[in-house]
Amino acid sequence: MRDVSIIGIGQTRVGEHWDTSLRHLALEAIKGAALEADVDRVDGLFVGNMLAGELSGQGNLGALIADFVGLRGVEAVTVEAASASGAAAVRQAYLAVAGGLMDFALVVGVEKLSDVVGSTAVTAQATATDSDYEAAHGVTPLAIAAMMMRRYMHEYDASLADFAAFSVNAHLNASTNPYAMFHNKLSVQSFVKAPMVADPINLFDAAAPADGAAAVILASSDWVRGRGNSATGNGAARVRIAASSAATDALAIADRSDPLWLAAAEASASRAYRQAGITARAIHFAELHDAATVLAALSLEACGFAERGGGVNFAKGGGIARDGQTPIGTLGGLKGRGDPGGATGVYQIVEAVQQLRGQAGPNQIANARLGLAQSLGANGATAITHILVRD
Amino acid sequence: MDVPRHWRLQTQRYGLIGEECPDCKHKIFPPRDVCPECGSPAHAPYVFSGRGEVFSFSHVYQAPASHEEQAPYTVAMIKLEEGPLVTAQLTDVNRDEIEIGMPVEMVTRALQSNGERGMIVYGYKFRPAVSAAPPSS
Repeated sequence: MRDVSIIGIGQTRVGEHWDTSLRHLALEAIKGAALEADVDRVDGLFVGNMLAGELSGQGNLGALIADFVGLRGVEAVTVEAASASGAAAVRQAYLAVAGGLMDFALVVGVEKLSDVVGSTAVTAQATATDSDYEAAHGVTPLAIAAMMMRRYMHEYDASLADFAAFSVNAHLNASTNPYAMFHNKLSVQSFVKAPMVADPINLFDAAAPADGAAAVILASSDWVRGRGNSATGNGAARVRIAASSAATDALAIADRSDPLWLAAAEASASRAYRQAGITARAIHFAELHDAATVLAALSLEACGFAERGGGVNFAKGGGIARDGQTPIGTLGGLKGRGDPGGATGVYQIVEAVQQLRGQAGPNQIANARLGLAQSLGANGATAITHILVRD
Repeated sequence: MDVPRHWRLQTQRYGLIGEECPDCKHKIFPPRDVCPECGSPAHAPYVFSGRGEVFSFSHVYQAPASHEEQAPYTVAMIKLEEGPLVTAQLTDVNRDEIEIGMPVEMVTRALQSNGERGMIVYGYKFRPAVSAAPPSS
């Protein structure tokens, strides 16, 4: 198996892009990554997308986007794993390059969620749940997270206000990220007063669905070393994928052996630590899947950054801040940057690369050398963990 | 209209019928033919009592199209007395009275309607357990 490095990143601003289509968003992100990578070919395109079929009536994004961005003829597929689709696409590209089947693999995560609103949008999101035993009963992904949150509050004696720390941190970090959806700071007071979406999850607890695209280009690390000191064509530092790991849990929350433990997140994180030859303590920052604050708390616990039941207090005590023990969502996370579904997992990788290259501007984590990015599909039914290292 | 998709679930939806593992006796709902505990084939039907307690719940304000008319409604995870968790709506209850641990029992209700000419899908919901009626005098 070959080591794999990231030689180009690109991203669009996350938000409501009324004037931009799915394919144009993908093009913008890919152009950014291609400009950096400066290679004369790619061997495959992996598209991370969750809902284009439901919301845009568009399937086969592999062929569509390959042609549209000037790669007609290249091998191209869509990878779907609910909200972890983007990370799943990165992993497929990693497998192709690590296995020696491709030398250069392009990944784009792209999602257009703003074209459809209201109950139609909720219906589409609910396809990520168990359709027979959850969606048929009116259960939405956010309602599942809400039931996890209420149980968390019950078992660990946490209050609604205790969860505010995650959203406050996310908005603070997003406020200085030009690609983020939100640039306003959030107070604990406005968090607890926000209207409910799926009680106890309120408007400032859940990440906002949005449009966006992010892209990365992977190459074998040997090839990158042959290029000289930098990874990219424009002299940025070398960032290698030290570990890539995916795991699943039961799709339906009621089928999980413990609804308050993200077993897939734990499995994929611990395998990733093993592959990288490190422990959780070595990680300098983590991009976690904070689609709802309770998921951020449970991810901290599953990844070993906090004790079981201690995720909320870890955040409240400042552990997740940029100068904390394990900074999370360093460029806003899902809550602050916005959550463009199947693109989100690629955004996490792009942001981790920004940190490791020292390109995170005012959000820079000092001396960041090892970063973790973990994406969850369907409230933890799928968990995909990557560990990136600055060589 | 996806009639077969709902029709083939009538056993579990109307009767709360799952399975029992012949080896470890684990009670399984919904039926899945393989015991999630020990991996043995499990095909023996098992009728659940329908009694359980609220494990967690949420009031849903942003509903999918199939449930928009019902919103806001309450969904819950119910810990059945035989062991498994099941996700369903709570009904016939004042939402301020709902709490974790509250005893509930299964009832059959309309799960979703699909317009004036559409199919009405029936299935299980849960309501507060009705206490024994006082003795008649």
